[in-house]
This record gives sequence, structure tokens and C-alpha cells, in this order.
Amino acid sequence: MRYSLLSVLQQAFKGQRDWTPQWRDAAPKASYDVIIVGGGGHGLATAYYLAEQHGIRNVAVLERSHVGSGNIGRNTTIVRSNYLLPGNVPFYEKSMQLWERLEQDINYNAMVSQRGVLNLYHTDGQRDAYARRGNGMRINGIDAELLDQDQVRAMVPFLDFDNARFPIQGGLLQRRGGTVRHDAVAWGYARAASDRGVDIIQNCAVTGIRRENGRVVGVDTTRGYIGAKKVGLAVAGASSQLAAMVDMRLPIESHVLTAFVSEGLKPLIDTVVTFGAGHFYVSQSDKGGLVFGGDIDGYNSYASRGNLATIEDVMEGGMALWPGLGRLRVLRHWGGVMDMSMDGSPIIDKTHIEGLYLNAGWCYGGFKATPASGFCFAHTIANDAPHALNAAFRLDRFATGAVIDEKGVGAQPNLH
Amino acid sequence: MSLALDRATSAAAPATSPATLQPFRTAAGGLIDRSQPLPFTFDGHAYTGVAGDTLASALLANGVRLVGRSFKYHRPRGILSAGSEEPNALVELRTGARREPNTRATVAELYEGLETASQNRWPSLRYDALSINALAAPVFAAGFYYKTFMWPASFWEKLYEPLIRRAAGLGRAAEAPDPDHYDRMHAHCDVLVIGGGPAGLAAALAAGRAGARVILVDEEATPGGRLLAERRTIGALAGTTWAGDAIGELRAMPDVRILSRTTLFGVYDHGQYGAIERVSDHVAVPEEHAPRQRYWRIAAKRAILAAGAIERPHVFGGNDRPGVMLAGAVRAYINKYGVLPGREFAVFTTSDDGWRTVADAVAAGARVVAVIDSRFEVRAGLTQAAVAAGARIMLGAQVIDTAGRPELAAITVMSDAGRTETIRCDCLAMANGWNPIVHLDSHLSRKPVWDARISAFVPGGLPGGMTAVGAAKGQFLLSDCLDGGARAGAAAAADCGFAAVSPPPYTTDPESDAHEPLWRARAGRGKAFVDFQNDVAATDIELAHREGFRAVEHLKRYTTLGMATDQGKTSNMAGLGIMAELTGQPLPQVGTTVFRPPFTPVAIGALAGHHRGQDFRATRHTPSHGWAEANGAVFVTSGQWLRAAYFPQTGETDWLETVRREVSTVRSAVGICDVSTFGKIDIQGRDAIKLIDKVCANAFASLPVGKARYAIVLREDGFVMDDGTVTRLGDTHFVMTASTANAARVMQHLEYAHQWLYPHLDVQMTSVSEQWAQFAIAGPHARDTLRRIIDPAVDISNEAFPFLAAAAITVGGGIAARLFRISFSGELAYELAVPAGYGDAAWRAILNAGASYGITPYGTEALSVMRIEKGHVATAEINGQTTARDLGLGGMMAKKKDFIGRLMKERPALIEPERPIVVGVRPVDPNDRIRAGSHFIGVDVTPGPEADEGYLTSVAFSPVLGQWIGIGLLKNGAQRHGERVRAYDPVRNGDVVVEICAPCFVDPKEEKLRV
Ligand SMILES: Cc1cc2nc3c(=O)[nH]c(=O)nc-3n(C[C@H](O)[C@H](O)[C@H](O)COP(=O)(O)OP(=O)(O)OC[C@H]3O[C@@H](n4cnc5c(N)ncnc54)[C@H](O)[C@@H]3O)c2cc1C
Repeated sequence: MRYSLLSVLQQAFKGQRDWTPQWRDAAPKASYDVIIVGGGGHGLATAYYLAEQHGIRNVAVLERSHVGSGNIGRNTTIVRSNYLLPGNVPFYEKSMQLWERLEQDINYNAMVSQRGVLNLYHTDGQRDAYARRGNGMRINGIDAELLDQDQVRAMVPFLDFDNARFPIQGGLLQRRGGTVRHDAVAWGYARAASDRGVDIIQNCAVTGIRRENGRVVGVDTTRGYIGAKKVGLAVAGASSQLAAMVDMRLPIESHVLTAFVSEGLKPLIDTVVTFGAGHFYVSQSDKGGLVFGGDIDGYNSYASRGNLATIEDVMEGGMALWPGLGRLRVLRHWGGVMDMSMDGSPIIDKTHIEGLYLNAGWCYGGFKATPASGFCFAHTIANDAPHALNAAFRLDRFATGAVIDEKGVGAQPNLH
Repeated sequence: MSLALDRATSAAAPATSPATLQPFRTAAGGLIDRSQPLPFTFDGHAYTGVAGDTLASALLANGVRLVGRSFKYHRPRGILSAGSEEPNALVELRTGARREPNTRATVAELYEGLETASQNRWPSLRYDALSINALAAPVFAAGFYYKTFMWPASFWEKLYEPLIRRAAGLGRAAEAPDPDHYDRMHAHCDVLVIGGGPAGLAAALAAGRAGARVILVDEEATPGGRLLAERRTIGALAGTTWAGDAIGELRAMPDVRILSRTTLFGVYDHGQYGAIERVSDHVAVPEEHAPRQRYWRIAAKRAILAAGAIERPHVFGGNDRPGVMLAGAVRAYINKYGVLPGREFAVFTTSDDGWRTVADAVAAGARVVAVIDSRFEVRAGLTQAAVAAGARIMLGAQVIDTAGRPELAAITVMSDAGRTETIRCDCLAMANGWNPIVHLDSHLSRKPVWDARISAFVPGGLPGGMTAVGAAKGQFLLSDCLDGGARAGAAAAADCGFAAVSPPPYTTDPESDAHEPLWRARAGRGKAFVDFQNDVAATDIELAHREGFRAVEHLKRYTTLGMATDQGKTSNMAGLGIMAELTGQPLPQVGTTVFRPPFTPVAIGALAGHHRGQDFRATRHTPSHGWAEANGAVFVTSGQWLRAAYFPQTGETDWLETVRREVSTVRSAVGICDVSTFGKIDIQGRDAIKLIDKVCANAFASLPVGKARYAIVLREDGFVMDDGTVTRLGDTHFVMTASTANAARVMQHLEYAHQWLYPHLDVQMTSVSEQWAQFAIAGPHARDTLRRIIDPAVDISNEAFPFLAAAAITVGGGIAARLFRISFSGELAYELAVPAGYGDAAWRAILNAGASYGITPYGTEALSVMRIEKGHVATAEINGQTTARDLGLGGMMAKKKDFIGRLMKERPALIEPERPIVVGVRPVDPNDRIRAGSHFIGVDVTPGPEADEGYLTSVAFSPVLGQWIGIGLLKNGAQRHGERVRAYDPVRNGDVVVEICAPCFVDPKEEKLRV
């Protein structure tokens, strides 16, 4: 049933009787043209675009748990396209443009809320680095404003401007940035893909990838063998584990990132703010919770839970930035396993194995990329060649040196 | 059938209690002090409670039953529980900067003058405009917002979202910084006991008696748990007396620490636990120097989970009406607080312990009108008290509806035969079995397991070192709690090496925990709530099922079940139970949600501790800081350091004027700058030179003793990490410097190289950054100035001590120092290092010595101007994205040795000729100002992705040239000197035509530094 105000009203009078499952909980068929491993945002978006843009509908998304159980449902929902380096800029801007029409495209309200992303700077050096970034964005036709202290104060007067250890000097603002309701992205793409014929198969973990003559022929799963002409991996934090099934070692480490939500509060902050003198960023959800986070824990881990040292660090950043937070309470914190790449940028590429494609390395910033990632990965799979937008996201770039290192910290994933 | 009875008739009845101001206070009993009245306010009305009350018990004592409005439908809500699981009674405490939203009235201890208010209502609690939301409830079903508000696209941020945001949220945050402070403590123990109920007390006693170091944490002001809420006996003692004795004994043990008012909020890896002690929340303002709260980080060898259980509500129409309460809570209000939550009680139970409520209520002077038990048969003797009280006993029946405006005035009961009848009552006690608190043990991703005997989840595989006891383990009988607790305490102590005495069994009064859960009562007319706080009704769960959101996590996220501030403590099980009915699966197959830390919400300030404001991070001062501060220096933060940026003199009106003077004085006379913030690493050992040769990209083997050399360090991936100097002080003794920003990183890199890549090398190193004060003395009179402070025996003539010479010398009459003839400014310059304790004296001595030459102190601004004039690269260029070649340092890379980054720097993309390379720029119009961060684009080119050719990294106003100059990275830059490009800076409205030149503006032949 198409979602609309009318259908919602009709169902209100019918006791919600006629709604049906938002997507088919499919059972695996013997084989598919394309299997996407991973029912997170990227896997589901890829399936949607395969069906919608490339007419490839004999597609299955295999998810080991339930749709949206991974990072797509754990992130802090920030979207932005304020990137620095040429390899990243057009890709993330494409993603932003796809967010801007997502609801109309998939008939699902994912609450794309462009309420601005404000990155604070505290030193002259940071200011100039943000100017470099903002100017690069403007040259690429992306909105960016460099604010001084007074302009920041007008936007977020409750931050610490008077007694801060690292006084706020200003910020880089992207007004088109903001937040999107993460679960709705997973569900919306699942529904849209399912409506277009894609099989979404839950509780189906891939345990092996079968090859014949150097070509992928299918996958072993906890629900049996499933044949496939092409297999795309979009498993985020589990990327290295999946790649190991075909003896690939990826330039990726897994790390845990913790996120937090406070108790519900009446509207306090109307934008996304990131602290520039510590690891802390915050926004407020429509439900009223402050959603915030900071740095990854820093050690390799597949456990999706963080520990106290980082938790303290995040809270210290919060209090340093916004001393009014003191009496507000954290309601929940949780972790997600990040696929941290060696240069902090993603990989969307073919692999050396024919028919096997890789989408990985999203670090803690892959949520914003979801639509463009799906768009580009679908293109790469359908055409067996990357789209111009993901041309820089090659797996071999660590060999060629064409790395995309926004932070300039090198091959040390826990610093990206 | 009309249920529209008068509102809470009995609640308005005249009080019979002597405490006339508190009509629902019992005449005697409870663990309160009636002699200490505590006035407080709620929504502006004045009330009085007594010492020992919580806000909830005091409100109930005053007959206030409506205390809040629900999140979505703004339904009137009262007090459901008597503990931290409370979903409904969320209030705002205090005012002004101490205002604290969303506090559960059930855990807020009353104090004199406490000001409280209800939340999420307008204009008043009783008449809340948004309660019309309830009328639209059919539209506002779970997930409706995903299906609408999509047209037109631009209306989401402008219209729908602001409306939703305003209606959502609960309490209001304070508008000012939190005035209180918070402590942070680290503690270690053998046995951590979580929860001070009977099981926890017995465990702590057994472990403590064995001699183990024990920490016992308990949420409440006084440990005792359910012993304080029930009328029980242990041996010959009343339960409360036994608890008091146990606490007394524990307090007398030297290695036992009792933390009351302390919530263990989280279990973390490796035996780490987080707890919050509410030190001052029960007083108006913390005592002087006392924190508001204290965050404990506890490392324990063994932990005993004795956190108890949470009673389950019933799901039936109108179950959210104020006056409908958990039976255990009703007993707690009566027995612990001396408060009757009503006058005419009904009990709706499916468990034997629900029946206890009858005797307690009657003993406290209330009337029990009915006991409804959905079971068809109950144990003989269970009904005795109810029969004696004259209550109706309705077996096989269920409550299906409630009425009252809004407080409870009547219930509708449906018999097994389907006959309904209305029964007047003003308090309904619900007993539907208990859920062990499996939250803490699931923090480490352990799944609880189903226990069919009690129809509840119990801890599954516990985290290492943890055991569960008592109700937390699903053992609800007091005797089991005590015996199990004692056994676990003794075992934990034994695990830690203490000989434990095997404890004698405890005896208690007779008890029974028989129970048959009822996940939802038969449908009535009213909405039957599962999750009170988030307004999730049974029908929402049906809808989720219909729409395919059947996995537990889907159910939770789609309906928001269990996502409220109580994390579903009272709701999750019913939600699962209903989903199990709908899917026809056994309940344990539906699964459980993962509980996440914290157990109850924790103040952000508490976790941050003292790290806020100026104390957020340490402040590091340079040795000359005192002098600089006294002399009016303006400081800049550089990492944790405060460095003098410039030293204004009287009469100077802007920083540029000051910096120009400082630069000119250095270039014409002499200046001194504190460079102590640079990293300094002392490297010694037979193989020291080998390690340095591996870490640095340029050659060092040939470096003679007594010489310094510029050093470039590459990362393993071939990009430049940092630059600095390496000086050979002796055959096997070196000092290496690193930039301020990379001091720690370079040290770490050296350690990594040694420990991981070259462990066979015989070398030792340590950071001495803080041990040595280091000053740059630069300018034509640098030598003359220095001569006046170094000891006479030291020869620093140009011949004896040429450019790049270095030596250990003495100054000021025998003080060990190090002198380096190195220059960042391009002038004749030295860096003098003295032990940090002599730094301030040395600084002053140098200023004195140079006075007659007109010496000036100069700060980081002048330092930066001079290095830009000289074209030296610094952090802005060595930004982790540049290669040595990009920086114009390619020629320095050693050809004949191996070093870290050697092969990787040759990767094709790193040696592409097109790569941006360091150039100098100056505006064609000398009056133009340029700014770092501008991008280079062709003069006549329209800005666009293809047009971007690089960017400006550093700029300065050059006093020598009398105009702004800069350094930048430009594609193909080396070939483009003389060409013009635009420095395009749209974010600051800048667009300046600049000419490309070599990145050195002053003394390109480097003559000055060698004189
Ligand atoms: C705490 C946190 C905060 C974040 N904040 C942001 C943010 O604010 N903005 C932003 O842009 N990004 C953010 N991110 C990053 C972002 O969430 C991720 O980069 C992105 O969601 C990853 O892509 P995905 O959605 O496809 O991953 P996932 O949702 O993790 O999908 C991968 C799926 O693969 C499945 N899978 C794994 N192994 C197998 C197997 N063998 N067989 C079948 N299925 C398998 C997993 O179960 C999972 O569902 C954050 C991440 C976290 C954890």
C-alpha cells in the first residue's frame, strides 16, 4: 500500500487492519543474479538501485540477523557533504542530493532534516584548515560558510564562550547537513527494494563464498547454499571476516565506536555541533534525546560495546563544550563495529575475483554515504566497472598511493 | 455501563491520621521520622512530607496522585512503582541552574524546601491542551510518521518537524551551566556486591567475615531492599531489624565499604564497573567542597549480582490511570513510608505474593474491596487475610478497564464467564510476577535465558567473575535469597584466597512464590498500555506484528517499546509476551532485547568529573611563562601548551604592529623566543645511530659528534610525519627534536620502531621535553648576547662553533647547558637549553645580557613570520598529506640506506609530477591581503572542480618585503614561478591575484646564518 496522509487516515478508521508487512520476509531461492551480503543501509540501498536503476531484480540481500541490526541502526544519524579531498567531495555531495529526495524516491519518511552541521574551530590553524575545506566545497558548488565567534554564539549561545580551556573562535557551517532517522533508512530501502522484487532474507549468515575457476558461483549460508552470478559484500564491521573467506586481507581494521542518547528533553539545540578541541559531537533527535558521541575506543575489536575510558573522554568533551549538560542524563550507550580503513575513506570496487565486489571501509562516517554508496555499488556491480563518483574508492589505492586521507594521519586506522 | 464516577471520592475524604496535613499518612509505622516535617512544593502548591520520604511517598501522603503527562498522548499519569523502574512519575526538581528534568519521583529523596513541578503539560497538569492528542490516537499509531509528512518535501524542516519536536521531549533542561561539581574515584576490591537487599547483605556478610575486601553498593539511602518494604521475619528478628544489624556488622569491618545512594550503572570489560554515588542529591545544595555526585570506577575480582527483581504490571484497558500501581510498590509505601496510596484497595494478581498486599493494607487501616486473581485455583490459606478483611475474592477473573477523572475511582472486572461488573476503589495493586534484573549482566552482550518455573528471563552466561544471587537470579523466596547470597559471598571470598566459613542456613516466616503470568488481560474499551512512558499500547504491538516488525529489535524500534528513560524495565516482558501470542511462538523464541548501560540514567557531569571549564585538559606552561605573563604577553594555545604569541609594548595598537617590531628587531639586532615546547628525545646506546638512521629519511651515519642536522621523519606510508633536528652529543648519545604538535607522536613512533621493527637494536630513549628549557636567540647580535651568559671557557666564535655546531656547555657559572647553532629565522641564531628549573633565570639573564643590543622577546607570531619569509615548512605544510618531494625536500632523501617509508614514498601516486608542490606567493598588488586556506585557481578560470590547483597553507605580513606573502601547495608548482593565479577564498569573500615565486623571500643564499 502506498504511504500517504490518506492511507494513514483511512487505516485510523479501520483499526490499522489493512497494513501489510513493510517488506517480504523472503526464503532463499536456489540462485540469484546478484547476492548482496549484509542487510545494512548500504546493502539494502544497493539492492534498491540494482532493481530501480539497472532493472536487475533477481537479487537477494542476505542478512545474518535482522535488517538494520548493524551500524545502520546504531549510528548518530549525521549527514553532511563537507569533505576536503577531491576523491570524496563529489561522492558525498551526490549522497546529499539523494537524501534531499529520498522520501519521494522511496515513499518512506526517513525524516531527512537539514538543520545544519557546525564544526567548531578553536585555533587559527583550525580556522585555516576549515577555510581550505569550505573553499573547496564552494568551488564544487556545495554550500559552506565560515562563521566567526559572534555568528556561532548567535546560533548556539549556551556553549562555553567565556570560561573554556580552548575558546571557540568560530565554525564551519554546512546548512544542508543535518540528520536522518537511521532505522527508517533501512526499513524504507528494504520496503522499496522488496516492492521491486528483491528478496530480503533475514537470519541468513554467509559462512563461505564459493568459487569455480576464479569466479564466484555462490555463497554458503546458515540457510543453505545459494547460487549467484555476482556477489557484493556490504557488511561494514564484518568486512575483514567475509574477505577472509576468499583469503583476502583487507586494508581494514575493526574498531568499536560508542554512541549515547540522553533522556528526552524539550528542544534545546537545533543543529549538529562538533567540538574542535576534543572528541565530541551532539544533535537532538525529534523525540527529544540528545544524541552524541566521540572517539573510537582505539583498540581492535569485534565486540559492539565500548569501555569507560572513552566514555569519560566523551563526557569531558561534552562538559567542556556545553557546561549546561551537567545535570542531563545519559539514558543509553551502545557500540558499533567500525570498518576503519587505512586512509579513512571507503572502498567501492571490484575485487581480483571475478564476480565479487566489495563495499567497505566506511569508518564512522558511512551513514551519510548510504544512498550514494548504494547508487555507486549497484552501478559497479551492474557494469562490472566503477561509476565516476566512486572512481577514487579503489581497493588498489594503497598500492598505488592514491590514498584519500582527509585527516592526514596515514595508515593508522584508530586515528581516522 | 457508565464508569463516570466522581473523581476519587475517597481521596477527598477527611483525614483520620494525626498528621493532618498528610491525609494519607498512616498513624504509625514505616521507616520515616514523623517528628521531622519537610515542607516542599509541587507545581507551586505547598505540601509537607517527613524525613525518610521520597517525593513520591510524600505526594501520595498528601493525596496527590496525578503527577505527570505521558510522552505521546499526554495521558494523565500517576505513580506506578516505588523504585528506580518508575516509568510514569517523571518530574522536574529544583529551579534555576540546578533544575533537573525527568527525575523519577520515586527515587528523589525529599528535603526541606524542595521545589518540584510536573512536565510535558500546558497550561496545567490537570488541564493539558495536548491531551487532545489522545483523541487522535487512532492516527498516531506506531510508526505513522514514517508514512506521512512527506509532501511537500521542504515542509519537513519548516513545519512538521518543529511541531513534532515541540510536542515531544519531556522535561526542560536548565539554561545555565551546572553550578555543582562532581568527583571521580577509582576503587579496587575482591568482592563487589551489587544490591543491598537480603541476598546482597548475606553475600557481603559472608565475604566480609572471611576477610575479603568488599564493596557493597545500593541504590537507596539505606540498604535492605525488599526487607524494608515487606513485613518479614528472619530467625527471631523482624526483617528490618535483621537488615539494620547486618549493616552495622558490615560497617564495623575495616575492609568493607558500603556505598549507599549508589547505583551500579554499568558492567564493562575486564572486571570494570561504573557506579554513581548521589552524595548531595538529598540536600538542597551540596555542602561546601562536597560534590553533587561521585562517579566510581571499580575494578573487582569477583562480583555478586544481587540487584533484585522488578514487578510486572498487567496490561488491560486504562491500566495507566493514576491509582493503578504495582502491588509491591503499594506494600512499600505502606510498610516503608507509612503512606496509604488509597483508602479502598483492589488487588489484581496472578501470583501468591500479590495477596500479601491485602494484609498489609488492612493492617495500615485501609479497606480492601476485592482481590481479583486470574488463576482459577489458589493455594489454601492464601485467601485468609482477604476473607477476614471482607474483601470479595474473584478467581479466574481479570480487570479489563478502569474509570476516574483522571485518578482511579473504579475498575471493571470480567469474570471467567464473561460477565463484567464495576467495583469502586481508588487504588488498584497489580501483581503479575517479577522479572529478575538481567540488565547488568547483559551489558557485556550475554543473553539472558528463559526460566519456565518463574516465567521470566534469568541471567544466562554471566560475565567472568560474576555470580547472580537472590531475586536477580530468579530465586524469589527470602530463605533462598539469604542462603544463596551467603553461599555466593563465601565462594567469592574463597576465589580470592580467603578461607570462608560456611554459613548456617537462615529461617524465615512461611512464603510462596507461585505464579502464572498473564501477558495481557481480555480486551476492554480503554487503551491497554505496555510501555507507559512511551505510550506503547497492546494495539501498537499488533500493528508491528502486522507490518512485519516481529524481531524483538524491530518491535522495539518500530513501536519505541522499551526505548524510554526506564529502558522498558516494566514493559519489555509484556511486549514479548504479546508478540509471542501473536506469532504463536513460545516466548523465549521471540527473544529478549539487549539492555544497555547505564542501568538508570546517569548525569553527564558526573561522568566528566572535574574535567570541565579551564580544567578540561591540563595547561602546560613554558619556563618563561611567568615572565611573559608579567610582561603583558598575549598567549596562544598550542595543544595543551600556552605559548606567548607576541609581546605588545606600550603604544602599540595592534598585533601586527607588535609582530613587525619583533621581526625587525630580530633581523636587525637580536631576539629571544621560548621554544621549550618542541619535543626533545634523548637517545642513547650502542645502536642509537642505527635507529636514528632508520627513523630519519636523510642520512645520519656520517653525523660527527658535536653537530646538529635537520631531520625528516616519514611515516611508514611514505608521507612526511615531522621534521626536527638530531644532534650527536657523544658517540652513542643523541638528542632528537620534534615539532610541538608532533612531540608525542614522534616519541611513539620511535618506540614503535624500536619495539616492533628493530627490537634487536641496543638503544634506550626517553622524552626530555619537560626537563629542558630551550630558547632561540636569533639576530646579528645573538653571539654577542650569548657570550655574556655562557661560562668564559666556552668558545663560540664562528670558527670554533660554526653553523650546525652543538655542544654540552656550562652557563651562569657551571650550570649544565646545551648549545645548538641552528636557525629557524634565517638569522645568526642559537638554541640554548638549560635544565627546566633554570629556565626562568636563564630567560631573564639573556634579556639582561641583550639589553644593550636592544633585545626583544618574540612570540610564535614573529617566529612564524620569519619562517615563512625563509620558506621553511611547518605544521601547516607537514599536514600528513604531503611527501618530502611536495615540500621541496625530496633531494634530502637518502639514496644509500634503508629507512622507514623509503619504498612506500615511491608509490606511483606519490611521485606523480602533477602533485601540488611548495611554492611562495605574493599578491601582485602589494596592498592586497591573502589568507591561508584560499585555493589556487587560474586567473581567468571559473571556479569549479577542474579549476582547483592547490591551496595556500601559510601567510604572513613580511616586514622585510612590506607586504603579505605566503606559502602554498600548487600543482606543478616548481615549473610555475613567475606565473599568476588567484588565491580564491569565497568563505571569506577573498579573491586576490598572486604571483608564484620560490618559497624563500629573505636571504636566499643563506649567508646571514653562517656569519
Ligand atoms: C556509534 C556509531 C555512530 C555513527 N555515526 C555516524 C554518523 O553520525 N554519520 C555517519 O555518516 N555515519 C556514522 N556511523 C557509521 C555508519 O553507521 C556506518 O558506516 C554504516 O552504517 C555502515 O554501512 P551499513 O549501514 O551497510 O552497515 P551495517 O548496518 O553494519 O550493515 C552490515 C550488515 O552486514 C551484516 N553481516 C555481517 N556479517 C554477515 C554475514 N556473514 N552474513 C550476512 N550478513 C552479515 C550485519 O549483520 C549488518 O547488518 C556511525 C557508526 C556507529 C557505530
